[in-house]
Amino acid sequence: MRSILSILIENEAGALSRVVGLFSQRGYNIESLTVAVTDDPTLSRMTITTHADERKIEQILKQLHKLVDVLKVSELTDGPHIERELMLVKVKASGTKRDEVKRNADIFRGQIVDVTQSLYTVQLSGTTDKLDAFIAALGEATEIIEVVRSGVCGIARGERSLRP
Amino acid sequence: MEMLSGAEMVIRSLQDEGVKHIFGYPGGSVLDIYDALFQCSDIEHFLVRHEQAAVHMADGYTRATGKVGCVLVTSGPGATNCITGIATAYMDSIPMVVLSGQVPTNFIGDDAFQETDMIGVSRPVVKHSFLCKKAEDIPIAIKKAFYLAASGRPGPVVVDLPKDVQNPKLKFPYQYPESVHMRSYNPTLSGHKGQIKRAVKALMAAKRPVLYVGGGAINANASADVIHLAEQCNLPVATTLMGLGAFPGTHKQSIGMLGMHGTYEANMSMHNADLIFAVGARFDDRVTNAVDKFCPNATIMHIDIDPTSISKIINADIPIVGSIEVVLGQMQEMIAEMDALKDQEDLSAWWQLIDTWRERECLVYEKSDTVIKPQQVIEALYKVTKGDAIVTSDVGQHQMFGALYYPFKKPRQWINSGGLGTMGFGFPAAMGCKVALPDEEVVCITGDGSIQMNIQELSTCMQYNIPVKIVSLNNRSLGMVKQWQKMFYEGRQSHSYMDSVPDFVKLAEAYHHVGIRVDKPEELEPALERAFAMKDRLVFLDIAVDPEEHVYPMQVKFGSMQDMFLSKTERT
Repeated sequence: MRSILSILIENEAGALSRVVGLFSQRGYNIESLTVAVTDDPTLSRMTITTHADERKIEQILKQLHKLVDVLKVSELTDGPHIERELMLVKVKASGTKRDEVKRNADIFRGQIVDVTQSLYTVQLSGTTDKLDAFIAALGEATEIIEVVRSGVCGIARGERSLRP
Repeated sequence: MEMLSGAEMVIRSLQDEGVKHIFGYPGGSVLDIYDALFQCSDIEHFLVRHEQAAVHMADGYTRATGKVGCVLVTSGPGATNCITGIATAYMDSIPMVVLSGQVPTNFIGDDAFQETDMIGVSRPVVKHSFLCKKAEDIPIAIKKAFYLAASGRPGPVVVDLPKDVQNPKLKFPYQYPESVHMRSYNPTLSGHKGQIKRAVKALMAAKRPVLYVGGGAINANASADVIHLAEQCNLPVATTLMGLGAFPGTHKQSIGMLGMHGTYEANMSMHNADLIFAVGARFDDRVTNAVDKFCPNATIMHIDIDPTSISKIINADIPIVGSIEVVLGQMQEMIAEMDALKDQEDLSAWWQLIDTWRERECLVYEKSDTVIKPQQVIEALYKVTKGDAIVTSDVGQHQMFGALYYPFKKPRQWINSGGLGTMGFGFPAAMGCKVALPDEEVVCITGDGSIQMNIQELSTCMQYNIPVKIVSLNNRSLGMVKQWQKMFYEGRQSHSYMDSVPDFVKLAEAYHHVGIRVDKPEELEPALERAFAMKDRLVFLDIAVDPEEHVYPMQVKFGSMQDMFLSKTERT
């Protein structure tokens, strides 16, 4: 089961390493991890996607919460939520491929953010699935030079919120 | 406001925290702190011979008293030598504060002399850690360290102190915080009322209950509450290796230690129970045997202060997060409120069944006229110390013999490394106990393997006159390793034989202690009497025991709790 976990953590040196260390130490997997400071400069917000069964997810949530620096933990995938990932892809865009890449970017509502004579760099945001699909489509159309993805960040829909 | 240097702040913070004893070893990065310590008469420092022993001493000190032990070491090797000790404390949830020196902040990351990333190296085995980058951070870091170590599920906390931060020339205003609040840390103390009601109902309805008590009951100082509940409800009580003493081993409701080397009656009771009430225990693999075969007909109730311990290994049907002392108090209120005792099922049929298991007398062993049996040593020790000694242990066969053959009357009387299983723990831990409680008889049960892992501390005992007794079951082998090799490796004794054990008597004498060698069964008790009559001396009893003896009962691997070897020839 894929889970997205949201973590509110003290913005202190070493806090990130405690979270990452917990995952490796207890044999949990991290598919993606994003972290940045929040509107409150003393707090960081972290989003982790992981794969585990329900029982293990419960352990992970409890173990995260046990870390002294962690204020709040919640499982976004528990309820309605919004998840977004940002991707930048550098692709070959010469000859007929140039138009094909542009068309694909349009279909996926991506933006071409950098151009050379032979390359395009496309920016795309969306769910992990959408990004995967775009890579597959581009792979058919042209040669992919480089891919960089931010990992998932997410937030609950509606009234639910993660505040200290 | 008083102006102090960073180094002075460290020592003053410890004084303000009420620290009376500290265990450590100086070095380059902590010279300023040691200089401040030199000018402080309130804190007694014990110079060990290896930093690992300092941590075990602090650990024993803590386990014997409940007071948070404190360690001071230098950077690099001083810090890394502490890791085994810190991990030992972490696995057994023992509160402790370790102060380590660090290279100056502007050298960090440069691979400077004696630099180690102590925060990083210790991270998986500490409850929390602090790196003080400014002198002004020291008092609050130390305050938080002691608070974190002792509250919630206790554990070791590291405070890393770079050398420039200690600078004796730079003075800063000092004030020790009276209290500390951390928004990200609020351990749950009282249990959920609805769950407590369910627990009381289940307990009263149970026909075959077992109270399964772990080290958490000792950490929470909840022994009296455990005894009260057990007596009130006539519950059979099984204790874990860490829980020994939380319920008196001499009590008629005690069915002894459970688990891999647990008693026949404890393991049979667990397997056949309809309700298991776990109190401050964590369903360790040395208890459960095969998890899928664990106690097939039991409802599981579990109190623990650490939510991660609940449903980690065995799913809890009635989980209660909270301090054991508080939750057991809440249960008493609920019992009174519900007037539940009058509905209690009669447990006589269950007790009759347990008595038939007791009749198996699983701890009876074959005695000999010519060779000393290890079990016999523990029984004699029990007799000579009248069951009152504080007993520490190393790790191996002697540890299990100690656990099984010395019934502990009270909590904090049995001190051993249960979780990590650290050989070399017992002797320094005994030293820490003796420092904390000089009027108590303190004895370390050990073996010829374990004792050599921290034997250098004989020197520390000489320097500070720490008169512990060492009872070494010398079988010229690594007994537990050998037992497994005999049982599961067709007797191939790969490197479990010690070809050159030293003359321990001479070794003890070299440090101006007393050494006694015991070879014959009839010499055993008189030798112990003689040793314990020497109140002010460290006595090393080197006792030659039967090297062929195994620890039984022993659970059969991959079996249920009731699958046990009972001797070399019998199994359930």
